[in-house]
Amino acid sequence: MAFTAFSTPTSTAAEPAVRKRSWIALVLLLPGILYLLLFFIAPLISLIFTSFQQPVIDGDIGQYSAGFQWQNYTDAVGQYLPLIFRAFGYAILATVFALVISYPMAYFIGVKMRRWPLAQSLLLTLVIAPFFISFLLRTLAWKQIFSDEGPVVPVLKALSVLPTDGHITGTPFAVVFGLTYNFIPFMTLPLYAVLERMDVRYIEAGADLYASPWTTFRKVTIPLSMPGIVSGTLLTFIPAAGDYINASNDFLGSSQTSMVGNAIEANFLVLQNYPIAAALSIVLMAVILIIVGIYVRRAGTEDLI
Amino acid sequence: MATGTFAEKGADLELVGIQKRFPGFTAIESLDLFIPEGSFFALLGPSGCGKTTTLRLVAGLEEPTAGRILIGGKDVTSTKPFQRPVNTVFQSYALFPHMTVLENVAFGLRRRSIASPVEKAHEALRLVELDHLAARKPGSLSGGQQQRVALARAIVNRPALLLLDEPLGALDLKLRRQMQLELKDIQTEVGLTFLHVTHDQEEAMTMADTIAVMNKGQIEQMGAPEELYELPRTAFVANFLGQSNLFTGQVSGTTPDALTVALGSASITVPVARAPRRSGTVTVGVRPEKLTLLTSAPVAEAGRNVLGSGRVVDVSFSGVSTQYVIAIPGAGDVVVFAQNMVFGPVVHVGAEVWVSWAVEHGFGLEDAPDEVAAGVHDAAVAAGLDDSGFDSEPALEKA
Repeated sequence: MAFTAFSTPTSTAAEPAVRKRSWIALVLLLPGILYLLLFFIAPLISLIFTSFQQPVIDGDIGQYSAGFQWQNYTDAVGQYLPLIFRAFGYAILATVFALVISYPMAYFIGVKMRRWPLAQSLLLTLVIAPFFISFLLRTLAWKQIFSDEGPVVPVLKALSVLPTDGHITGTPFAVVFGLTYNFIPFMTLPLYAVLERMDVRYIEAGADLYASPWTTFRKVTIPLSMPGIVSGTLLTFIPAAGDYINASNDFLGSSQTSMVGNAIEANFLVLQNYPIAAALSIVLMAVILIIVGIYVRRAGTEDLI
Repeated sequence: MATGTFAEKGADLELVGIQKRFPGFTAIESLDLFIPEGSFFALLGPSGCGKTTTLRLVAGLEEPTAGRILIGGKDVTSTKPFQRPVNTVFQSYALFPHMTVLENVAFGLRRRSIASPVEKAHEALRLVELDHLAARKPGSLSGGQQQRVALARAIVNRPALLLLDEPLGALDLKLRRQMQLELKDIQTEVGLTFLHVTHDQEEAMTMADTIAVMNKGQIEQMGAPEELYELPRTAFVANFLGQSNLFTGQVSGTTPDALTVALGSASITVPVARAPRRSGTVTVGVRPEKLTLLTSAPVAEAGRNVLGSGRVVDVSFSGVSTQYVIAIPGAGDVVVFAQNMVFGPVVHVGAEVWVSWAVEHGFGLEDAPDEVAAGVHDAAVAAGLDDSGFDSEPALEKA
């Protein structure tokens, strides 16, 4: 779209006014284009090159030279396939939980509280309030809360919900919980933005046409809020799939809960196996692109005006 | 779920002691209303008079503060909107933007599991002449087309009671006339009960069997259009439904048939049967088209009222008729509508004229003298608002 903005007029040529406007469009777009070239396209190309590098024979650890080593990909996938699956599994779970938790919240703030704009702003502030504290700090706090000496575990043990030798930290539950918790604002805000603008008269029309509240919700409210659902789930799913904080040993996870992000981190920073790390990054990106592409197509948001 | 069926016929609507309060104001003070099955009933009033609130109460979209709502003799006060045998044509259309026109129309049928919803939806769309747009989304339709889809979406369900909230507001005059006739046809054909809310008195009079004129949360007068027009009971009705010349004076004489009201040196006679207040200060009136304009002093004649002489202060030509405003000492400004039987106005500003009308065309108001001014004022405000299009709501914006 950005390109058609200035390429279409040049094709119709002739008119100087249009030409001038397209020139202005180009100037306005230039910083963005430069930024993307410099900080996205260039690193991406570099990453792709890295992913094909080969070790320097008799070289130091972490020393690689340019090459075309396809094996890096098969090695990476072969070695880390469970982590890739786990990453997407956790990310999908966290996205679903975040949606289920956020939707009623966004609906309440955006629709039910319309008469009280002040309360609306206050509640929205509460939704984003956690951002005022560092993400790492909050995740560490959860680790404390869920630790064996923390307030939760002894209670659950007393209630026999948790076996006597059970833990919460280091389990998939803790990781998915952490992901859900950390990404809820990213889910809530786009949902709120859509629901807040939604005309409640559509809901009245649904009720008038014999649809029960539940049917109206399914047939009218959900489809109308689809743009918010799609952007919220993408904003949650994409970063959650690549996340390595929640699942890391130092936070809520353990070696049993490692996600692909942890593998990338370890290869880049600890093992200094840059080609494998780069290959994993590319694989992660490709899978996300494919999943998101299918999802957006299936969700059919382009139909929604 | 069992296969649904349509309502066999229209249903009565009865409102008993309805009151509706919102935080800060009372929309409806106390409303009792009975609409017999199969009738075309219009609630007519200026914006803010409580007519739309009444409609929303019947639809179940608002809950009354007090009172009961009965449809077909069944108390539905505490039931939810989707449980009521009622459909609404919303002023804002409220067509679902994510569905095609066809799916919009079929929506209600599907919810009630009516057999072959698609065919019935097409049928309803053919009725409003929009079947060729069945596959389109409402957003790509013009305002008038959307309104017709909204109409089709409601009538396709054959509700026992159809609620129409200013349904023709966005249509141009020609289409509006056409839709008025079509609506009336549908109503007669199917025998459903229609409750039509409008601020357009002409629309109400053309379409409805019975009109209730509402002002400030109360029904001022109810009756057949002709009855309401020819015998308005309050100053508000007299001036909101068409125009009226109103004269306030002391009753100076009564016979078994007629009441005479002194108006300065002149006097006006009104049939007793058409005058509810028969002593003290009363207000009587006559419609402007009932007046005859005379350029010479008429010979006194039994059965005719004469006022004059006065001076013509304004003449406005409107094609079919001409409106003259005549200042008559003691009686104030009198408006006369005269058919243009000849080319152009008969008299011009400044001419000396008399007006006369048949005694049986006069009417008396129920209003106490102090209520008259308020009624006239309300009607004038309502007319002013209508002219500025205040009541018309813009179409739903694209979501």
